[in-house]
Order: sequence, then structure tokens, then C-alpha cells
Amino acid sequence: MVYVLCLILFLVGLYGILVKKNVLKIIISFAIMDYAINLFFILVGYKNGASFPIFIKGKENVLMVDPLPQALVLTSIVIGLSITMLMVAIAIRLYEKYGTFDISEIRKLKG
Amino acid sequence: MLPLFVILPLFSAFIISIFGRVNKYFGDIFANFTNILLVFISFLTLYLLNINDLSAITYNVGGWRLPIGITLVVDYYSALMLIIINLVSFFVSVYSISYMEKYTDKTKYYVLFMLMLSGMNGVVISGDLFNIFVFLEVASISSYSLVAFGVESEELEAAFKYLVLGTIASSLILLSIAIIYSYASSLNLAHIALIINRLPVEKVLLTKFVIILLIVGFCIKSAVVPFHSWLPDAHPSAPAPISAMLSGILIKTLGIYTMTRIIFNVFFVGEDIFKLVYWLGIVSMLAGVIIALYQLDYKRLLAYSSISHVGYILLGIGLGTPLGILGGIFHLLNHSVIKSLLFLTSGSLEYSLGTRDLLKISQTNQRLPITKFAMLIGSLSISGVPPFNGFWSKLIIIIACVQSKKLFAGFVAILVSVLTLSVFIKVLKYGFYKKSLIEGQEQKSIEVKDVPFWMKFSMLGLALLCVFMGILIFPNIRDVLLVPASDILARGYEYSKIVFMNK
Repeated sequence: MVYVLCLILFLVGLYGILVKKNVLKIIISFAIMDYAINLFFILVGYKNGASFPIFIKGKENVLMVDPLPQALVLTSIVIGLSITMLMVAIAIRLYEKYGTFDISEIRKLKG
Repeated sequence: MLPLFVILPLFSAFIISIFGRVNKYFGDIFANFTNILLVFISFLTLYLLNINDLSAITYNVGGWRLPIGITLVVDYYSALMLIIINLVSFFVSVYSISYMEKYTDKTKYYVLFMLMLSGMNGVVISGDLFNIFVFLEVASISSYSLVAFGVESEELEAAFKYLVLGTIASSLILLSIAIIYSYASSLNLAHIALIINRLPVEKVLLTKFVIILLIVGFCIKSAVVPFHSWLPDAHPSAPAPISAMLSGILIKTLGIYTMTRIIFNVFFVGEDIFKLVYWLGIVSMLAGVIIALYQLDYKRLLAYSSISHVGYILLGIGLGTPLGILGGIFHLLNHSVIKSLLFLTSGSLEYSLGTRDLLKISQTNQRLPITKFAMLIGSLSISGVPPFNGFWSKLIIIIACVQSKKLFAGFVAILVSVLTLSVFIKVLKYGFYKKSLIEGQEQKSIEVKDVPFWMKFSMLGLALLCVFMGILIFPNIRDVLLVPASDILARGYEYSKIVFMNK
């Protein structure tokens, strides 16, 4: 069930990127998609009723969640942050040049 | 020694960003010095592989043993890729000494360039799925900002388009990495291959879904036809050296190298996935060259021709036979050299004449002997005229098509080759024709500044490579370079044996 919700979140983000005309809405949709994937990654490592993955004296043999996805998600969050920053920077410059955020008006190129 | 491929360019980017303002020439000297060193190390790696008779050199980062830690792997295929990446980027960085003078901030250019180089080297050497993703993002992010380097309205628009499509691709790749991890509980490519192929077939339901996600992601990165719309905007908008890097090696490293590595070596994919790759190849070959026929902007024409040649590589690989894979890899190497040479000549024309519109180029009675010579060599070899390298790889791909009884593909390959020749005859006609092609208009004899020495040097170097890379196909040389590289792909998921046991 949780996985389906996660997929729906991902599709909401993808829909936003593909359909929305406003540059800022595209950036927000990208952020939603990114969060959906990070959430999925965390869910992959989750076990019901398990504890945090740190060894403490006297608690060596308890069930733990998988720590590797958490480490990966940290990296992926940093990458997502830098992409969002680059997107916002380019959006600011685009607004300076074209005076609009509407991508149907930002079309000097043909391809 | 393997970490040096990532460390050296990263270190160089760091040093240039700090000390670049001290002296005007610091960035030039340091970046080129690093590039020479990298070329040397990549040849050394190939030599070490050969002399010790190894099939792969592995390095465990941080000393953690193989399936646990991050592993860097270089086999023959990645060694060839490393050589071509570092060689092309050496020539491009020599070229940018003079070409980038017209932009205001050369230091930042070199920093981004070096970051992109370290990302590409990292993609090729890493034997770990998540590591591949991280390096892919390093290379992509720096290439997005390099496309926008001119900060004019067209550049920004192209960069935003590229950025959005590129992030969709990265998200799909990351999603599929998460699914693969949930199946295999490992991120090491060799280990995943071992685990996935031990599972019974009916248990691996998601494999096809994951592979389709990965192929879509990598196809966006390498601009295969249904996903190609960013490339014809992004490549002409970037500065010429960066177009050469993007079209020459970036789309191949991020797209084709990773795709082949995963569909051949990690997953045991069926016939239908190869068929998909094969049809993608055919469609992008035809579409790219047909659109290129009526382009009048030189760089845009080259960009569409890139799409069509990526199709050639995919066609060779999608055949799935050893000869087809060999042809695909060989065409990948050749096309890197040729296309970067052609993009550098477009930069030279822009430098001397201030335009890249073919009609306007034909109106000027210019004398640029070296640029013209390089254009001639590049055009002849990309359209497959016999002594040059493009001919040999296309010939191998066509022979492989005929061998595996796919005559239609062979016919399309020949047709696209002829169409490519006509595209580049058009270029040569506009470039070399002595009379103006627009009626009633005399050719203007304008004073043009000839290109500086360093630009001539790198164009001539790449032109020499174009002429002499055909020797890679002679039997003795082929057996030590191309055949081992295609063997690694053809051996499929025995890749895990190569990494774990080194045989």
C-alpha cells in the first residue's frame, strides 16, 4: 500500500514536469519526484518493528533496519539540492532575459 | 592508480578555482598539464592490463573487500573508453586556450570542464551502481552549466530544456537502482549479476521493467530518437569546445557505455531487449540523418548527424553478435574523434568569420587552410570514405548485419551512410565553393584573422587520429584492443567472474 502511494507521488511529480507551463511549477514538480524516489529508497530498507542501525552495548542482537539506503538517500538529497539550485539560478536568468516564466513564450530555439 | 582518474581532475578543479585569479595563464597551464597526465595514465592502464595478462584491474576503496565496499574496475572496454575520453578532452582543452579568450571568465570554464571530466572518468571506472549514478550526476550537472556558459537567452533556454530532460533521466535511473537494490541487496555490478542470475526466472518479474526504466534513462542521456529533443538545442548553444566534448564523449559515456554495461554484463536480458535496442538504433539513424539534410546551421547539422551516428552504435550493439558488438565499440571510438574534430572546425569558422550559417560562410572568400583541411578530413571520414576510420567501423557493422541475416538493417546502414555523405558534401560545397551560391551577390573578400596556433594544433591532431585510427582493425592490433573489449560484453554475466576471480 505504502509503495503504491509512493508511486502515485512519483507520478504526480512526473505529470507536473510534463504538463505544467510555468518554470517554477516544473521545478517544484521535480522536487516532488525527487522526494518520492528518496521515500521509496527508505521504504526499501525498512523492516516492521526494527530499531535504528547503531550497535549499543547490550543490544547487539536486535532487528535493525537496513542502513545502506539511508546513506544513499543522503547522497541523493544533496544531488537533488544542487540540481534544484541550478534550476532556480537558470530560471532567474531566464526571467531577466524573457520577462516571463511561461515556457510557451520562451521559445527562440526550434528543436 | 585507478582513483587517480577521478582525483586528478577533481584536484585540478579545486586548485584552479582557488589560484585561477592569481595569474591569467594559471588555468590554461594547470588544466592542460592535468590532461596530459591523464592521457599518460590511461595508456599506462591499458599497458598494465596487457603486460600482466589480466582481464581486469580492481581497486577497493577504503580497503573494504569486494562485495561490501565500493569497487573501481577497469577492464579492456573501460580502458579503451578511458583512453578516448582523456585523449579527446586533452585536444579540446588545448583548443580552448585560444578559443575561450572571448568569454569573460576562463577560470570558471576550466573548473567546470575538469569537474565534467572527473565525472566521466568516474562513470567509466566505477563498478558500483550507485557510484555510477553519482558520477553521472557530477558530469551532467557540470555539463548543464557549461551549456549555459554564454548566459544569452538561447543558451539559457537550451540549458533549461537539457536540465529538465536530464533530471527526468536521472530520476528514472535512481528509481531503478532502488528497485534493483530491493531485489539484490547489493549495489556492486558484479555481485548483482551473480545474485540476479542465480534466482529462478519466474522470480525475477521486475527485471524487464527495471531494464526498460534504465534504457529510457540512458537513452535520454544519449539522445536516441524519441528522446532526442534536447540535443539539437544544447549542442549548438554551448561554446564550441564544449559541443565537441558533449557530442564526442559525454553522450557516449553517460548513455551508451553505461547502457551496454548494464544490459550485457549485469542482467541476463532476453532477445526482445536486444530487439528494442536494435530498433531504437535504426529509427535514430534514419531520423537524425534526414533532419540533418535540410539544416543550414553548421553546428545544428552536426548535432543531428550525432544522433544518427549514435543510432549506428546502437544498431551494432543491438545485433548482439560478437562482430556487431565489436563494430559498435569501434564506431563509438571513431565517432568520438570525428565528431569532436568537426565541432572544433565549426568553432574555428565561428572564430574567424563570426558566423556558422553555411550560406553566409559561402559568401565570404575566406582562406583558412588548416580549418578547411580538417573539415575535409572530418567530412570524408564521417561519411565513410575508404581510407579513413569511419569507413572501417561502418563496414564491420554492415558485415555483422548481413552475417546475422538482418538484410534490412544492412540496407538501412548503407542508405544512411550515403545520406551522410550527401549531408557533408553540402557542407564542403558551401565551405569550399569559389563562387557565391546566392545569385547576383559577389563574394566579399574580407580580411579574416586566421585561427591561433593552439586551435590549429588540436584540429590537426584529431585529423591525424582520424586518418590513422583505421589501423585498429588490422588483425594484430585488433586482437589486443578491440577483441578483448567486445569479448567482455559478449561474455555476458560472466563479468562477475572477471571481477571476482580475475579471469
